[in-house]
Formats: sequence, structure tokens, C-alpha cells
Amino acid sequence: MNSRLLYALPLLTLVIMAGFFGWSLLSGRDPAAIGSVMVNRPAPSFAAPSLRDGQPALTSDLLKTGKPVLLNFFASWCTPCLAEHPLLLRLKEREGVTIIGIAWKNKPEEARAWLAKLGDPFAYVGTDYDGKLSLDWGLSGVPETYLIDATGTVRLHFHAPITERDLKETILPLLRAGK
Amino acid sequence: MRARLWLSPSGPSGHLPRQTGEGWGGGKRAVGALLLLLIAFPAFAVEPSEMLKDPALEARARTISRELRCVVCQNQSIDDSAAEVAHDMRVAVRERLTAGDSDRGVMDYMVARYGDYVLLQPPFKPGTLVLWLGAPLVLLLAGAALFLAARRRRVVTAPAPLTQAERDRLTVILSEAKDLPLQARGPSTSLRSAQDDR
Repeated sequence: MNSRLLYALPLLTLVIMAGFFGWSLLSGRDPAAIGSVMVNRPAPSFAAPSLRDGQPALTSDLLKTGKPVLLNFFASWCTPCLAEHPLLLRLKEREGVTIIGIAWKNKPEEARAWLAKLGDPFAYVGTDYDGKLSLDWGLSGVPETYLIDATGTVRLHFHAPITERDLKETILPLLRAGK
Repeated sequence: MRARLWLSPSGPSGHLPRQTGEGWGGGKRAVGALLLLLIAFPAFAVEPSEMLKDPALEARARTISRELRCVVCQNQSIDDSAAEVAHDMRVAVRERLTAGDSDRGVMDYMVARYGDYVLLQPPFKPGTLVLWLGAPLVLLLAGAALFLAARRRRVVTAPAPLTQAERDRLTVILSEAKDLPLQARGPSTSLRSAQDDR
């Protein structure tokens, strides 16, 4: 009896592993996801000089307007930023979303030229040349996008260019719920 | 959430000595240059401009930096990495230390921004129990199983000694074997004789 159970052990191990791998495949879990500690926390401190000449500096008040906002870190030297740029433009034009941009480690004149050439989706745009502001946001590179809800709480943090799917499945539902 | 898409400008990761184009005429020089190429030059990520004047504080910064993960690199500490974010984090570590933070305080500052992921040594807490205790547990279980199996084998009793009657029979059998003819000793002998016959 006892030894027969022992013989079943390899089979049992196989079944458990197969079950785990099957679940991993089917549940849509991303084992490489790191997550973000920013999500569901009040937005970190926020202050940046404006990228636009003669405009006032950006402050935390912009994140607490009673309306959800998107915060997007970008740079003119960043190719994936170029890829997500049309989506940001569409969000502004079709959905009327307030998007705040921060040029990360980007010379202001280069960031300005980039926006002038491709279109400017940002209601406000600041610059973080030395990366100090971005560190408070747990930024690891560009592009990264945060959704801050009406109460000033971070709800989403994308560590990658946003995609059509992100828009449809997470960003737009949250934005519409917040209005 | 998706995995991070790492994008950040990174500085030079290493310096190789440049070989001078002297042709094959200067044999010694060529050999010297080749020998130089064999030496792997370590890339120093910490730039002189980042370092603190106070050596004690700088030493603490280096120790902390070795414990913090560069968030855009694969398993590299910010002390080793030439990535932009690693540079920013090194500067932030030194700023916190200069402001009077304890080592623990600096670590907490980074964890508050980048999560436990930023620690190269994962903390011991409910979420990481399997990580910390999984391997020792498997080792213990396997050890216990091996121990039990070994003990069970030892329990098998030694065969009972022969009786007087059996010993007598054995003597008879052994003495008969001695008298057997040589041909019956093994198959090789008989095989060879069969071939010789042909």
C-alpha cells in the first residue's frame, strides 16, 4: 500500500506541474511583470519647469482637478515614444483627455522641436532634465504613463509604450468612470 | 501589467585599449598590444563627479549601491551599471546620505519608489516564503526520504547459518566439482576446439 503510493509520486508531481503550467498559459498571467508600487498610492510630489516658453511651472495642483489625468514621460530620442505618440494625440482629440507630458533627460529645444513636428497632445508639458522628479515617480525609462484619478491617486502605471489594447481595456474605462 | 520595456540611454560600458596600426614590422609592439587586449579592463560605473568628498560617507554610498538593483538592467547593481537611471539613483543615494539618512533610510527611500524589486537581496516576508524556504525544504524532505529508505534496507536480516546437514552436502558438491573434466571449464575452450576441427 505504502510503496504503491510512492510509485504514484512521479505521476502526481507531473500532474501538479502540468496544472501549474496550464494555468500560467491560460490565465494570461505575465511572469515577467514587475508591477509598480506607485499604483493605488497618492501621486508623488510633482513640480517641473514648463517646456513652453513663458508658461508657469507645473505643480501638484494639476493632478488634483477633480478629473482623471494621464501623465506621460517621453523624450525626443526615444523611438517607442514615437510609436505611442499617435495614440496620445487621439486620446486628446477624440476623448478630450487631459494629458500632462514630462520630457525626460531631453534638451528642451529638442523636445519642443519634436512636439512641433509630430503634434502636441499635452495640456501641460514640463521638463525633467536631470531625472530628479522622475525618480520620485519610480520611473525606469521612457515612455512610461501614469493614470491619476480625480482624487489624485495613481491608478495605472505603464512601464512601456501604451497600446491600442491598453486604451480599450484599462485606460478608457477608468477615464470614463472618473468623469 | 506588462514587463518593463527598457529604454534608457546608457553610457560606455567598457574601454578597450586601441591598437596602433604599426603593421607587422614592430613585432614586439604587436605582441605587447595583443597582451594588452587580453587584459579585461573593468568598467567603472561610478563617475568621479558623483563621488562624495567625505570618504566615510562615500564608502557607505558604495555599500548601499551594491545592494540596489539597476531597474533597467538584468541583475546588475547600480554600482556596476552605466545606465542613466542607475546614475540618477547613485546621485540620489548620496543626496540622502548627505542629508543625514541612515543606510536603512536610504534603502526605504528606494523601496518606496521602485518596490522590493530594487533590492538585490529579496526581503523575508510572507510573499517570499517559498523563495527563501522552498529549496531548504525540498532538501530536507529528500534527505528524510533517503534516510528512511536506507534504514529500511538495513533491517533485512542476515541469512541463517547453514545446518550441519547442509554443510555436509556442500562439501560433497565441492569435491565433485574438482573431479570434473577440463573441457567443461568454460565455453571459450570448447568453442576454440570446435573451430580447430573445421
